[in-house]
Order: sequence, then C-alpha cells, then structure tokens
Amino acid sequence: MKYFFFTIFFSPVILFSQANITGNIESTFQFLNNDSIIGATQPDQKGLINSYMNVFYTQGKFKAGLRVESYLPRIQGYPNRFDGTGIGMRYVGYANDLVDVTLGTFYEQFGSGLALRAYEDRALGYDNLLDGMRLIVRPKRGVVLKGVYGYQRLSFQQGKLIYGEGIVRGVDGEINLNEAVKKLEDFPLTMVFGTSFVSKYQVDNDPDLILPKNVGAYGARAKFRYKNVTLDGEYIIKEQDPSNDNSKIYNYGHASVINLSYTKKGLGILLSGKSVDNMSYRSDRSKDLQDVLINYLPSLNKTHTYNLVSTLYPYATQLLGEVAFQGDILYTFKKGTKIGGKYGTSINFNVSTTYQPIKHTSGINPLDSSGVTYTSRPFDKSDSLYWRDINVNVTKKINKNLSFIFSYFNITINNDVAKISNDSKGIISSHVGVIETAYRINKTNSIRTELQGMFVEKENGLIKDKGNWATILVEYSISPSYFFSFMDQYNYGNPLESKRTHYPIITCGYIKDATRFTVSYGRQRAGLFCVGGVCRFVPANNGLTFSFTQSF
Amino acid sequence: MKTYLSFLIIFLSFSHFFAQNEVENNEVITKKLPSIKLKDYKGKVVNTAELGLKGPIVFSFWATWCAPCKKELNAINDLYSDWQAETGVTLVAVSIDDEKTKSQVAIYVDGKAWEYIVLLDPNGDFKRAMGVNNVPHTFLVDTDGTIVYSHNNYAPGDEEKLYEEIKKLSLK
Repeated sequence: MKYFFFTIFFSPVILFSQANITGNIESTFQFLNNDSIIGATQPDQKGLINSYMNVFYTQGKFKAGLRVESYLPRIQGYPNRFDGTGIGMRYVGYANDLVDVTLGTFYEQFGSGLALRAYEDRALGYDNLLDGMRLIVRPKRGVVLKGVYGYQRLSFQQGKLIYGEGIVRGVDGEINLNEAVKKLEDFPLTMVFGTSFVSKYQVDNDPDLILPKNVGAYGARAKFRYKNVTLDGEYIIKEQDPSNDNSKIYNYGHASVINLSYTKKGLGILLSGKSVDNMSYRSDRSKDLQDVLINYLPSLNKTHTYNLVSTLYPYATQLLGEVAFQGDILYTFKKGTKIGGKYGTSINFNVSTTYQPIKHTSGINPLDSSGVTYTSRPFDKSDSLYWRDINVNVTKKINKNLSFIFSYFNITINNDVAKISNDSKGIISSHVGVIETAYRINKTNSIRTELQGMFVEKENGLIKDKGNWATILVEYSISPSYFFSFMDQYNYGNPLESKRTHYPIITCGYIKDATRFTVSYGRQRAGLFCVGGVCRFVPANNGLTFSFTQSF
Repeated sequence: MKTYLSFLIIFLSFSHFFAQNEVENNEVITKKLPSIKLKDYKGKVVNTAELGLKGPIVFSFWATWCAPCKKELNAINDLYSDWQAETGVTLVAVSIDDEKTKSQVAIYVDGKAWEYIVLLDPNGDFKRAMGVNNVPHTFLVDTDGTIVYSHNNYAPGDEEKLYEEIKKLSLK
C-alpha cells in the first residue's frame, strides 16, 4: 500500500515537467530533568523527540500531500496517545475553476466554525482532521458549495491514525450577493449569506438510554459591510446529543456570535458578543478534553503575548454554556501631532467579560422521560462572572533606534469554573504591568527587554493562589541570523517559601533564510512563548530543548 | 521487498530530477506560489496565485498575537511608500488568526493605518501550503510567481536584508 502511494506521489516527477513541491519539517528534541515544581518528570528514556514533515505536491490541476510524523517518544506536555512513526496525513485531489475535490485527509471550516472546524495545531499536538472525501463546487462567481464526509483523527498510535467512532457529514453554502448578482456589483452595501448542516452518526450501545444515533447541527450566518461599518454573525442549533460532557441530557444546544466593527485609517473599534449553551459536539459522545470535537468554540478575548499574562491565567471556553462580550479599540495619534510625536503613537484598549448563562428550570421536571433539564436563550446571562480582562497598551517610538511599549492588564478568573490552578478557590484577580524596550544599537545589532510584574489581589489579608510574580527578559539579536535570550520568571510572592522559585531559561538561535535552529536550556511554564523573533505555543518542561525547522 | 522498491523509485525520481537540473539548467521542480482561495480582511475572495499585481510580492505571515510579526510589519510600514516607489513591490500580510482573534485583524490593520493587502487564513490552508512552521515567516515572490527568498523570524534590521533581495529582483 505504501509502495503504491509513493509511486503515485513521485512518478509524475519522472513523466512531466513543472511540478511544484512545497512543505516543511519540524523536529524537537528534549533531554529532561525531574522537576516537581512544574510537574515535569524525567522519562525513563531521558531523550524525547517529535518530528514531522509535510510534502505538498501540485502539478497543474492535480494535487497530493503527505505528512510523516514521528514520536520516539513524544515530547513532554504532548497528548499521551502519540507514538511511533508513520503517515499522519495523506490526500490526493483535483481542482479546477468549478470543482475542488479531495480524497483522503483534509482540514475544513464552515463559517466561523460553530458547526464544523477540522484543524491542526502541531505545536500543541492538536489535530482533528477529517479522513474521507470533500467536494467544493463554485457554480458561479460569488457562490461556494461544500460537502464533506469522513472520520475524525483521534490519535496516532504505533505510527497509525486512530479515528473517532462516529462519522461526520456536512454541507455548507455561501453566497456573496455583490459578486453573484451583477446589478449589486457596485451597491455600497456588501452582503454575504451562508448556511451549514452537519450531522454525525455513532452507534448506540448504551444499556439504559435510547441515544440519538444521528445528531445534526445547523444554522445560518450573514455579513454586511457598509462603508466603514461591518456587521457579521452566525447562529447554530445542535440537536439532542446526550454525552459525557453534558451528563447525558436531551437538551438542544445553541451557539451564536456577533461582531460589529468600525474602522478607518488610524482607528479601529470592535464590539463582539458570543453565547454558548450545551454545544460540545464530538464524533464520539464518550470523549472529553480536546478529543474529536467537530465544532470550534474559542474564548472571546485577546490572545496575550507577554509571558506572565499568557501562561498563568488563560481562559478556555466553557462548552456547556457561557455568555461573553468583548470591546476593542485601537487608535493611532498621527505623526507630527503633540501626542503622536515624530513617528505616531498607538493606544489599544481591550475589555472582555464572560458570564454564566441563566438556565430556566421552572415548569421542568428534570426527572421526567424527556431528559430535558432546563431551557435557555441566547445572551441570557446571570451575574456570575467566569472571566474578565481589562487591558491597555501604548506603543511609543522615541527615535529611529528606541521604542517602548507600556501595558497594563487586569485579569479576573473564576477558578471554580475555568479551573487553572489547584492552589486556590473562587475568583482570582491579578494586575500585570509590562514595560518593553527595544533599542537598535546599529544596523544589525539590537537589544530588547521586557520587565513584567504580576500582583495577585489578596483575600482577607491572605495571599491568593501562587501570589506575585516578576519576569525579566533580555534578548540580543544580530540580524538576520543570530539571537540570544535570557528569561527568568520568579514567583517571589508564593505563600510557601519553598515554592518561591525561579524559572530561568536561556535560548539561542541561528536562522538562515527558511532554516532555523534553536537551543534552549532551563525551566518553562506552558503557554505562548515569544522569543527569538517568533511566537509558538509550548508545553511545560525543564531541561534541554533543541529544535529545527525548515520550509521548502 | 515493497519498502525496498519504493525507496528505489523515490531515489530514481530524485536522481532523475537532479540530473536534469544539471544538464538542462531547467528546473523541473520549482517552488511556485500555491493557489489557495482566501478572503481579504474586507471579505473579498482572492486567489493567492492570481492577485493580478505587477512587480514582486512579499508575503508576510503574521497574527494579532505575534509581537515580532507586528514589529516587522510596523517597521516595513514606515518604509513602505519608498519601497513601492523604488521597486514596485507589494506586501501581502497574511493573518493566521483563527476565529478567536480574527475579528481583531481589521481593527489592528486600520488602527495602525497599514497600506498592505491583508488576507485572512483562519484555518491555516495557505500557511500549510507554504510550509510555514512559526510566524513571522516572510516570502519574496518574483513576477513569475516563483518563491525566491524566505526568512523565518524577525529581528530589527531583517527588513533591510529583505529589501536588498527585493532590489535584486527589480534589477533583473
């Protein structure tokens, strides 16, 4: 079988000319130490390595792609069901102006993903690709129809793909009226409408309950744009889907998102709302965590870059229900004005909040045979807070070589609901201040520093959670090829003296065009890690990490 | 046996194409811009391989949560009008923000008064096809759609190296 595939994959190279190959390689090796503080233990093998290589081949209207993955064994923090070496993705396809067909594995998103999103995040080991068939048809300008059919990737064991138990089917249609209808081509209001229907099938082997074998999720979306104002939204209903997540209730689920924005040169304003109830939708009703989710329900807040903010109190959506709002404004004071100075000054203000939705139970008997335990409406929120983030930052360039970014964050998280720490109960509120300085020494040498302080609010005079933190980061880079960075996170305010530890890490890198080598040694917390000129999500670890990436 | 055969075939195909490269100096395998349909940040559908632009194109993959990406694009923005006048280059900023942060892209782009073409790649289709591991990753594409230079990261000064590469193209 493999032999057959390779032949198909490479034989056109012999037969024709002008083939196009792109792809990339990433390999991460770790040698780890025991570290009880961050919960990292030295594995028996001592050395760990994750690698993958993507190869995408196109020739005229034909395409094929393949990814070989290897976990010998997987690096720390990666999902525990990845091992061996083998093919983790492979497809063949054909595309012209009318159709685009794929057989094999594919990634896909309908609308904003509330009903269906198959995607990957290799750095985190997340991959819920669909393996089956996809057909995209573009019958006329402005109209796109999609149909998908497949099993979802659950894991990768002994070098082989393992699938979720249920099959996923879906259709989606979208029309851009201004492109599709000639009369509306120059109409000042642009209008896009879309609709999706997704269904999953899984056998019912429950000894007690009669479970729906086919569960649908469907809805519609729209986007309007008039001059500088954009309004878009999507609403999805999910049918009765008793599962592990929802304690096998027979309620329908619903999800909605709405965004309103106004932008012009130098100013952007955004208001967003999101409401979710009973929307965990998986191709296997017995799974949990990030496994075989068919839909995508991200949290409605900014993804922060600075290490203390991004790693200590991140928030993840409550699939069973939440109501969230966000406001974001970015304004740039023009060059040559008093505040703008010579280069312009930007101010960004962002607020996001998330609340528990109201579940109405009057007139409902949760023990009756319907299995419906409450009713709920979109955006019907209670006062019970899950999350709040108020942040502001100012970017100021002083002269050609010196610039500053000043930031403040106030983050409040309900640790009983969105559990992030085992050291605390209830609401944790923290204040974070960051001063970032960038100084260009000469044409190629530059230095960048970050000073970060996190202050956790006390409760009844007692230190909450892990207390206060400070981080210092110094990064020296020589364009275009070298960087050296040192970062230390220090939990100086921990209520337990023995846990007032440092998290130092040194990272060095060499970059040549699309090749990149980095070596780091030290201790780091899980989260978004931005050093050496790139950002990536990393798991917690303590030890030596060597990574190599190459694009081609 | 099968494994052996497949390796033989791979080896033969590669040796064939390398041999041809040397003999005819005519590359059989090139790195052309993949054709992916994306929306720009105002909602218009575009094909990445048919942007209809004259002159070289810089594709810069970025995200609203990527500080070095924003530094790079803000640094280039200060120089962009000069670059355009001198070389006819166009910069296409490809945001890999997914639904979580996608709505913030327009706010950032207009709030910073960027003059770039901004495309949205919320499910990573173009990112995958271009072989991007991490952001920022910058590609330079010549007028034939061939990728001639790429660089994965940003340090202050990298924009000057990029500009040297752009000038090499416009001299051709």
